Amino acid sequence: METYFHSVTLDENKCMGCTNCIKRCPTEAIRVRKGKARIINERCIDCGECIRVCPYHAKKAITDPFDSIYSYKYKIAIPAPSIYGQFKPSFSRNQILNTLKAIGFDYVYEVAKAAEVVSFATREIIKKDGFKKPLISSACPAVVRLIQVRFPNLIDNILKLESPMEVAAKLVKSEVVNKGYALPDEIGVFFITPCAAKATSVKAPYEKERSNVDGVISMKDIYIKMLNALDRPEETDILDKAGYEGIRWAGPGGESTALETDKFLAVDGIHNVITILEEIESDRLEDIDFVEALACTGGCLGGPLTVVNPYVARKRLRKHVIEAKEKSMPKTFQEKYDSDLVWTSDIKYRPVMKLDEDIIKAMKKLETLERINKELPGLDCGACGAPSCRALAEDIVRGIANETDCIFKLREKVRELAIQMAELEAKMPPVLDREKGKR
Amino acid sequence: MDINSIRLHYEIPGDDFTIAGEASSNVKKMLNQLGIAPDIVKKTSIAMYEAEINAVIHAGGGEANIEITGEKITIVIKDNGPGIPDVELAMQEGYSTASDYVRELGFGAGMGLPNIKRYSDKLDIQTEVGKGTVVTIVVNIN
Ligand SMILES: Nc1ncnc2c1ncn2[C@@H]1O[C@H](COP(=O)(O)OP(=O)(O)OP(=O)(O)O)[C@@H](O)[C@H]1O
Ligand code: SF4
Ligand SMILES: [Mg+2]
Repeated sequence: METYFHSVTLDENKCMGCTNCIKRCPTEAIRVRKGKARIINERCIDCGECIRVCPYHAKKAITDPFDSIYSYKYKIAIPAPSIYGQFKPSFSRNQILNTLKAIGFDYVYEVAKAAEVVSFATREIIKKDGFKKPLISSACPAVVRLIQVRFPNLIDNILKLESPMEVAAKLVKSEVVNKGYALPDEIGVFFITPCAAKATSVKAPYEKERSNVDGVISMKDIYIKMLNALDRPEETDILDKAGYEGIRWAGPGGESTALETDKFLAVDGIHNVITILEEIESDRLEDIDFVEALACTGGCLGGPLTVVNPYVARKRLRKHVIEAKEKSMPKTFQEKYDSDLVWTSDIKYRPVMKLDEDIIKAMKKLETLERINKELPGLDCGACGAPSCRALAEDIVRGIANETDCIFKLREKVRELAIQMAELEAKMPPVLDREKGKR
Repeated sequence: MDINSIRLHYEIPGDDFTIAGEASSNVKKMLNQLGIAPDIVKKTSIAMYEAEINAVIHAGGGEANIEITGEKITIVIKDNGPGIPDVELAMQEGYSTASDYVRELGFGAGMGLPNIKRYSDKLDIQTEVGKGTVVTIVVNIN
């Protein structure tokens, strides 16, 4: 099997080996070893929770450097809708988009516009009925990967339509070629991303063979560049073509409200998402057709690669939504989009929590795990490098940790040893143990 | 007794709704670690959850004993509550004696026992009014 790619990585130099990230990781994918955090690759879903909580900024996402755009003759930026929340409200959406041209792109196309295409297609599916309820949005790739490792029974509930990012890349490529601006192989499409998860979905897509996007640039990385270019007056092109429905995708509930049904539930924040997915998997959520689940608190506006506080960003976004409404931007897309939106490949359950391929062996391991767990102090202090005592017990049976990694266990052992030493010390070797006075 | 088996024991506290269901979610986690097929895990955890919640809501808590072998999962939920006077009636969809307060929390649709029946391969209820109830659920693994 090919190695599993994910985008979140560690900056060894910055990592202090603290326990912040191991405790927050929703899939228990991080351990501290030799004073540095280590990510268990196949468990990482790229939610970016660790990037957010690391006080030393040692967790980062692999994205492409800005200069990589210069390997293409015709450079296209497709910014995520969350970009609108990153700048002061005095700047119009068109200004923000033109700034991307000012810093080096030849063409800009809003992912928000493609989001409307996806909304339209989703509405059609919901209208037709006959889908497995509730439909779970695939807009957030971290949630899709979470389902893949923790909620296998929900794989069939996933809305298997291409993401707005993919649709945007496809649409803009044909638009540019049709207008005669560039030839297909001269074009490089770059997604301006709020998160690691989206970067992964470009480098290692699960829904198709190859992504339409050629590169991914972190919103954070180009923020300063954009700020410096923002008030340059040469804004000319009309680039703000998306309607308010598409813009709203940036925040929680945005995708849902475009669906024209009340039977939806929108949840944000990875730990909240897990709670809701548990409910769905246990058939405890009634009367819901659509679930929008976003890994980040505040939706993509709270993405780990965004700059502005998600609540502030949300307020700023509202202004753009209102303006788009006032301008009576078309509610749905106008251009016809014929290509099929349905995924061409599918995801399979990855049982990363399984202890052994063989169930009998797995049972033996689980039994040992439970026994070890009972003997651990139950403090979940993290000093052993595992997120909880039970996780340490699990690591021990997997053969990647020792009982003495627990500092309390170690102290117990040291004390036992000390007692043994004292006892031994009291014992005289027989050759010296003579009765007094005798020779 | 099967040597290749795992036995688990949980106390089910009777006074706290917010932690009700903890035993079944722990068992679910373990079944996933054993690599049991997802649909079997789902059946087991739903059936166990309903029985666990019933012990909390109707009987003031109790205990759960689970045995897992290579062939099947057996869950025994035991309580010392009021017992069920008419099991056949209790098994009917929609029948519930839950209080208004419990209904407000989203329980009391009278679907618990019918769901246990639906999701298990074997269901046995031993109950005596004034003494308590023992619900035994079996889910086959293959
Ligand atoms: N352990 C128990 N002890 C005493 N009575 C019980 C017990 N379990 C079930 N019952 C009785 O059987 C009835 C039906 O149970 P069932 O689980 O089907 O529905 P419910 O618990 O009332 O509602 P729901 O499970 O849908 O939340 C209960 O209302 C209660 O009167
Ligand atoms: S919520 Fe949005 S920003 Fe956050 S991980 Fe998901 S897609 Fe990325
Ligand atoms: Mg019940």
